[in-house]
Amino acid sequence: MSDLRSLYQEIIVDHNKHPRNFHRLPDANRAAEGDNPLCGDRLTVYVKMADGVIREIGFVGTGCAISKASASLMTESMAGKTEQEADALFERFHAMVVGSDRQIRSGLGKLEALAGVREFPVRVKCATLAWHTLRTALKTPGGTVSTE
Amino acid sequence: MKRGNEILALEAIRPSLDVERLREDFPILRRKVGGKSLVYLDNAATTQKPRAVIETIRRYYATSNANVHRGVHTLSDRATRGYEEARVRVARFLNAREDREIVFVRGATEAINLVAQSFGRPRLRRGDEMLITVMEHHSNIVPWQMVCAATGAALKVVPVHGDGELDIVAYGERLSHRTRLVAVTHVSNALGTVNPIREMIGMAHGRNIPVLVDGAQAAPHVKVDVRELGCDFYAFSGHKVYGPTGIGVLYGKREHLEAMPPYQGGGDMILRVTIERTTYNEIPYKFEAGTPNIAGAIGLCAALGYLDDIGREAVAAHERELLDYATETVGEIPGVRLVGTAREKAGILSFVMEGVHPHDLGTVLDHEGVAIRTGHHCAMPLMDALGLPATARASFGMYNTRAEVDALVEGIWKAREVLL
Repeated sequence: MSDLRSLYQEIIVDHNKHPRNFHRLPDANRAAEGDNPLCGDRLTVYVKMADGVIREIGFVGTGCAISKASASLMTESMAGKTEQEADALFERFHAMVVGSDRQIRSGLGKLEALAGVREFPVRVKCATLAWHTLRTALKTPGGTVSTE
Repeated sequence: MKRGNEILALEAIRPSLDVERLREDFPILRRKVGGKSLVYLDNAATTQKPRAVIETIRRYYATSNANVHRGVHTLSDRATRGYEEARVRVARFLNAREDREIVFVRGATEAINLVAQSFGRPRLRRGDEMLITVMEHHSNIVPWQMVCAATGAALKVVPVHGDGELDIVAYGERLSHRTRLVAVTHVSNALGTVNPIREMIGMAHGRNIPVLVDGAQAAPHVKVDVRELGCDFYAFSGHKVYGPTGIGVLYGKREHLEAMPPYQGGGDMILRVTIERTTYNEIPYKFEAGTPNIAGAIGLCAALGYLDDIGREAVAAHERELLDYATETVGEIPGVRLVGTAREKAGILSFVMEGVHPHDLGTVLDHEGVAIRTGHHCAMPLMDALGLPATARASFGMYNTRAEVDALVEGIWKAREVLL
C-alpha cells in the first residue's frame, strides 16, 4: 500500500477527480492533440500566448488518473511562463518522472507529487503525455503528439 | 449393479478438475510478484507453460537438436520425427481430415497473413468485397486492409450489438454476390463472445464464399472440430494453448492449400531449384520456407498432449464455472459495468469502473499480485464501436481458482479505496 500511495497521492487523486483548467479555450492561439493509443488516453491542450507568455492554458480529454492529474497540475504550473521557461520546466519534470534526477526534492512544488511515477516505469508515458502535447502545441501550432 | 453405480459416479465427477494438483505442473505459479502470490488472469494474452512443455523443449535441445527434412543422420531423423509427430497431434486436435492440411507458422497472425496474401490477394479484384466483423483482433483486420489496398477490393464490416453479440442479421445482409471471403473470430479476445461460426460458415457457404476462422482465443477454451465446422481455414497460436511462443497453426482445406501459391520462398518449400525455375514442394511444406520452429512445434505437441490428458471438456467446464463466479462477484461491485454480456462466452471478463481508469485499476491490481490486461486489447475498432477507450480484462485458464477470482475482487475494492 505504501508505494501505491506514493503513486496515487491525495493530490493526484484530487486532480484526477477535479481536474483544473479542464476546458477548451475558445480564443487559444496554440493547440495540440496528444494520444497514447496503447492506453486509450487522448487529450488536447489549448494555450493562449501573448507577448511570448502563456496567458491561459486548458485541456480536455480522457485518460488515467496519472495522465489527467499530470495534465491538471501542468496547467497550474504553466500559467505566466515564457516558452523558454516552459521548456525548462518540461525538462526538469521529465527528469523527475523518468528518474534521471534522483533528488527527492526537485524544487517543483506540487509537481513533486508525480515523482512516485519513476517507480512505475510503464506509467511514465501517462505522466508525460500532457507535457509532450504542450511542447508540440508551443512549437508547432495544430500538431498531434503520440507517446507511443 | 454396484459396478454400474461406480461408473455413474465416475461420469458425474469427470468434469471437475483437481486444480490444486495441476497448478503444481506450472512452475511460474509458485512465484511471487512484489511479495504477493501471483494471480495470473491474463491468459487471453498468453498462457503459462506446464513443466511438460518446458521439459520437452529442454530435452529436445539437449538430446535431439538438428535440422529437419534434410540430413540422413540420426539426430536429423529424430528432429524430423518430432516435428512431424507434432503435425499429427495438431491435426487430431482440430480433427482435420489430413495431416498435410496443417501448416506450421509463427502464430495466428502469420496464419492470417498467409491466407490474406496467398488466397485473398489472387482472388480479390476492384469491385469485390471482403467481409470481417468489428470485433476482430487487429491481426484479423490489418492483413485484409493491406490486401484490399493492393487489390482495390472493399472491406466490409459486420457490427455488434451493445451486449457484444454479433449482429447476425447484418452479417446475412452483408454477404453479397460481391463477397469473396469471410474472416471472423471464433471467440472475441476483448469480450469473450463466442460467435455462432457454424451458422455463419453455413450462410457463407450457401453463397460459395470461403471462410477463415481466427481461433486464437477459442482453441484454449472450446473444442474445435474443423470438419464439423466446415471452415476453409482455421488459425491459432501455440502460446495461448499452454505451448511456446513463436509457433502457431494454419489449418487449410487441402484443395485450397494445393491451389494457393507459396507465401514465402526459401529452403524446405522447394523440390528442385535451378536459376531459371523452381518446383515447389507439396503441401504443407510449400508454406514452410526456411528452417521452421522445430522446438516450438515439439513444445506445442507437448502442450496439446497435456491439455488432452487433463481433458478439454473438463477444462471448459472449470473455466465456465470460474467465469460465472467472476461475472457474479465482479458485477456486484458498485460502479463496475461488465462489457460484453453475450449469452455464449468463453474465458474472458471485460469491465469498466466508474471513476477509475482501467490503467489505474491494472496498476493497483498488479500491486496486489493480480495480473490482468488493460487497454484496447488490440481491438480498437470494437472499442470505438462500444464507445470505450479501454477496458480491464480478466481472462481465465485451467489453473485459475475461485480464490483467485476473490483476489481480483478484493483488488478492485482496493482500487476504489485508493482512487475514489
